[in-house]
Amino acid sequence: MTTRKETVEVANGSAHGAGVIAKATTDEARLRVSKTYKMYVGGAFIRSESGRSFQVKGSSLESSADPATVNIPLGSRKDVRDAVIVAKAAQEKWAARTAYNRGQIVYRLAEVLDARRGELEASLVRAGATATGAAREVDCAVDRIVFYAGFCDKIASLAASSNPVSGPHFAFSVPEPMGVIGVLAPPRPALLGLVSAVLPVITGGNSAIVVASADDPRTAIVFCECLATSDVPGGVVNVLTGLASDLAPQLAKHREVAGLDAYLDDAALRASIERDASESVKRVKTQAPFTDDRIFDERGGQGLTFIERFLETKSIWHPVGL
Amino acid sequence: MSREITKSPKGIAAASAGASQAPALDFGRAWDYAPALEGVSHIKLQPRYGLFIGGAFRAPRSDKYFATVNPSNEQVLSEVAEANAADVDDAVRAARLAYEKYWSKMRGAERAKYLFRIARALQEKARDFAIVETMDGGKPIKESRDFDVPMAAAHFFYHAGWADKLDYAFQGRRARPLGVAGQIIPWNFPLLMAAWKIAPALACGNTVVLKPAETTPLTALLLAQLIEEAELPPGVVNIITGAGETGAALVNHADVNKIAFTGSTEVGKRIQASLAGTGKRLTLELGGKAANVVFADAPMDQAVEGIINGIYFNQGHVCCAGSRLLVEESAHDTLVRRLRDRIATMRVGDPLDKNTDVGAINSKMQLDRIRELVDAGEREGATRYSAPCALPSKGYWFAPTFFTGVAQSSRIAREEIFGPVLSVLTFRTPDEALEKANNTMYGLSAGVWTDKGAKIFWMAERLKAGVVWGNTFNKFDPSSPFGGYKESGFGREGGRQGLAAYVELDG
Amino acid sequence: MSTHATNGNGPAGTAAPYSVGPSLGGGGRPALFPLFTSPPVDQVAVEERAASLAKRSLKKASKVWGLKLAISMMDLTTLEGKDTPGKVRGLCQKARAPSDSDPSIGPCAAVCVYPNLVPTARLALAGSPVKIASVATAFPSGLSPLTVKLDDVRRAVEFGADEIDMVIDRGAMLAGDYAKVFDEIAATKEASGAAHLKVILETGELQTYDIVRKASELAIAAGADFIKTSTGKVQPAATPAVTLVMLEVIRDHYYATGRKIGMKPAGGVRTAKQALHYLVIVKETLGDAWLTPDLFRFGASALLTDVLMQLEKERTGLYQAADDFSKD
Repeated sequence: MTTRKETVEVANGSAHGAGVIAKATTDEARLRVSKTYKMYVGGAFIRSESGRSFQVKGSSLESSADPATVNIPLGSRKDVRDAVIVAKAAQEKWAARTAYNRGQIVYRLAEVLDARRGELEASLVRAGATATGAAREVDCAVDRIVFYAGFCDKIASLAASSNPVSGPHFAFSVPEPMGVIGVLAPPRPALLGLVSAVLPVITGGNSAIVVASADDPRTAIVFCECLATSDVPGGVVNVLTGLASDLAPQLAKHREVAGLDAYLDDAALRASIERDASESVKRVKTQAPFTDDRIFDERGGQGLTFIERFLETKSIWHPVGL
Repeated sequence: MSREITKSPKGIAAASAGASQAPALDFGRAWDYAPALEGVSHIKLQPRYGLFIGGAFRAPRSDKYFATVNPSNEQVLSEVAEANAADVDDAVRAARLAYEKYWSKMRGAERAKYLFRIARALQEKARDFAIVETMDGGKPIKESRDFDVPMAAAHFFYHAGWADKLDYAFQGRRARPLGVAGQIIPWNFPLLMAAWKIAPALACGNTVVLKPAETTPLTALLLAQLIEEAELPPGVVNIITGAGETGAALVNHADVNKIAFTGSTEVGKRIQASLAGTGKRLTLELGGKAANVVFADAPMDQAVEGIINGIYFNQGHVCCAGSRLLVEESAHDTLVRRLRDRIATMRVGDPLDKNTDVGAINSKMQLDRIRELVDAGEREGATRYSAPCALPSKGYWFAPTFFTGVAQSSRIAREEIFGPVLSVLTFRTPDEALEKANNTMYGLSAGVWTDKGAKIFWMAERLKAGVVWGNTFNKFDPSSPFGGYKESGFGREGGRQGLAAYVELDG
Repeated sequence: MSTHATNGNGPAGTAAPYSVGPSLGGGGRPALFPLFTSPPVDQVAVEERAASLAKRSLKKASKVWGLKLAISMMDLTTLEGKDTPGKVRGLCQKARAPSDSDPSIGPCAAVCVYPNLVPTARLALAGSPVKIASVATAFPSGLSPLTVKLDDVRRAVEFGADEIDMVIDRGAMLAGDYAKVFDEIAATKEASGAAHLKVILETGELQTYDIVRKASELAIAAGADFIKTSTGKVQPAATPAVTLVMLEVIRDHYYATGRKIGMKPAGGVRTAKQALHYLVIVKETLGDAWLTPDLFRFGASALLTDVLMQLEKERTGLYQAADDFSKD
């Protein structure tokens, strides 16, 4: 805990310090260069094809270059379509990597996240979290990624089976990823919710198209910057910003999307995407966002069950003979 | 054969060019097998069956009954009750009561013993179940006797053992039953599907309301009698008969926690849609259009058997039927020639004849559908070959048939025919085989035939199907999870993995 | 188009240089024996198929027809060190008229004896259609010099054998010396002259169906009129599955050349039920044309009694006692 606090202070302190230096060189306040927030698709940061955006307001922090109101891309149907193509191509290669390799790549993501925790915490605070709350959330998010990193090469051991069939056949069942999975991240907690929803999906070898929390999309984009500087191949995790009510039905209807994990407050929207998903017999799991108690919990917020939601079981038979 | 016969309309059709060459084998009648009919005189079906609700049979509130017909001679076998919404409600209430009062409180070890008892009783009454299955559904007695009924008993026996071992099945997690499961099953394996549904649900601590298909309700009703005799607590298993409306009432009943459905993709989608927003759990086992991929280096004669078994088993009324034969182009002519000779030996006719290989089509409706698709295949220019067998004049029949020269885009290569009709396509390279095999909205099963071990694994890894049979086909076992990818449905039945469909897990 | 070539031995329609398929089909001596391949056989599936044919239920007229056919296909066999003229004469008598009660039954196809007993059989069978088969080629091991084996054959023919049942050199087969196996069969065929040649593979020593298939192809290419499973001296002897594999080779040869080769399971076929099972396999693999003693034989000694008992049961409706039927 001590270490974490220090880290936070150092991070804030250095940003603050830069401001002081700026002021020292000139009497006028220097205008910070603020960030253009973009969606993350195929390993690249892109604007919405729609050319539209929505606005997010947050507390203006001294440590941040952002103005109080920022524009976030308003993802569209076509953005979903483009992301699916990218995600589909990425998924096959992602699944083809060895589980050990995927595990190292996911672990690397945890390393990057921890290294950029100042930025993540600042983003959470900007969206209304307390400093302590933000630090706790980043801690938990990093630990959750580590949890799933170590799971990559355990899944098959736990979910596979050798089936003692009655006959001269060797039969076994193995888990396989489903393909492209749509994720409607919970509105809050913006970082831990996103991580908790996405990590089990990619741990199993799927790729994800995520609709970030509309409450705090900026944190999701900072997370994408972590992804971009990690070794997670482009296209494995794709993050769209925008309104779940716009994008969820698109994901639910898209025939190339194999499954959907949706954490949504809106029960009517949950029902409607379940209905939309039926047209392609999609594997769809919807739920209200978890309480903080549950999502921060090591039992309630993570586990094999979350991974298994988006795994298929393939049973293979072969005769045993000469 | 003494019974009245008519010639199959397309008796001896033109075979594909590559396969029609002298010398030809003659599968004639030099030595014809006399009819070997399974005795049925001891089978006493009731003229009318009620609904099995709360541990006893009773008349339906609907006051309606419908006939169930023997598809091999169109004779009415019995009348069964048509459950309406009020009957469904009764059944669900009975299941809920049984769940709360008995089943959820019972130790797993005790549940296990009830399931073992059902398995044993099924084994003891195996022959009668087989005969009734064949009479009601039209499948050959050889299959109901040697496959459906023993496999149904095996499913009860297998799952019985899980009832007190759920903590081992989901190590590190706690498994809780879901409550009341509504289960809707198809007409192709009536008793076996009932076993696939009831056994895991009960093992996991759920109670059930099961609706068999309207054309094949009898063995489920016999199973209800058997369950009554096994003295299961009343209401743990409820069996209600009816058609689509009854099923819909069950699906939409507010107090059902889970729906398990096996049937067509079309109906599966409707069920999935109607469950939207209800929080009910769902598993679906739907249609298929399986590719059976034969490489030129395959053990060819055994591949032929696998192809035959893959498509003509149970008249092709099998969701995982190998209905698309993808054969390496260099082996096409050799294979087609053997296929043609092989289906010439198949015996189509009275399902109760122990020598019958292909029985009756399950219903008039299904026969019409098969004919429509076969006509489409001919119109699209594929070459048809039907076994030169005589078909009985009464009942619903279709001779074993295959098409060569089928394009990947044609209807008979894409749509599920659910009949004894095979589409033969060719490929040149493994990549092309794989691409064609996966080029379907379905993903239930696939077959691969090659003598090269590495190639089996290469294919098996890449085929998008829930079951991959290497150098075999249509093998089933209670310990082996079965279920689909893509529009063939979701969830698994059988094995440890299949239990997940009937429990809620933490973490 | 060559059947073999499309079975994976080479590109369709052309003979790959290492493929002996087409050559075997034409009956010539393959050029490059060491690389000789033949289509693979899957044990589990072929045994499953053979077993499934045992499920055919044969009743009444079809059973009687099948059993009488089986008798007409029997090579009544005695191959013991203690064989005597008396024993062989008894066997011949039984082969000529198998049933005391029903003269419509019989005769058997042949008697099968060691060369030294051929003259006895010749006398005992004079004027009957029953053929005389003799094992030769240093039966049962075949592990003697070729000249000795050929002399064995020539003597048997001189003594009056109509059919020669030779053994292949299984050691050479398993060692991959296919040329030796082929050449010995071809030489034996020549030595047999007008006598029909049955080639015994001794499948129980070859173990795998792949080798059985390969040996069958070699034997047929080298001139066999019949291929035969076993000597009866090694277990397992004939099985339904190994018979099915050999019948499939016969079928492929027929497809390729139009020439019909015969098949003889020998050893282990003891009951009427088993015999009917074999006949079902023949009927459903090769069709009606092979349901004749010219193309299918049973090598058996105990089988006849059980078949006669079953026929009598069909005739009288009563189950029979074994002691009511003569053993030799």
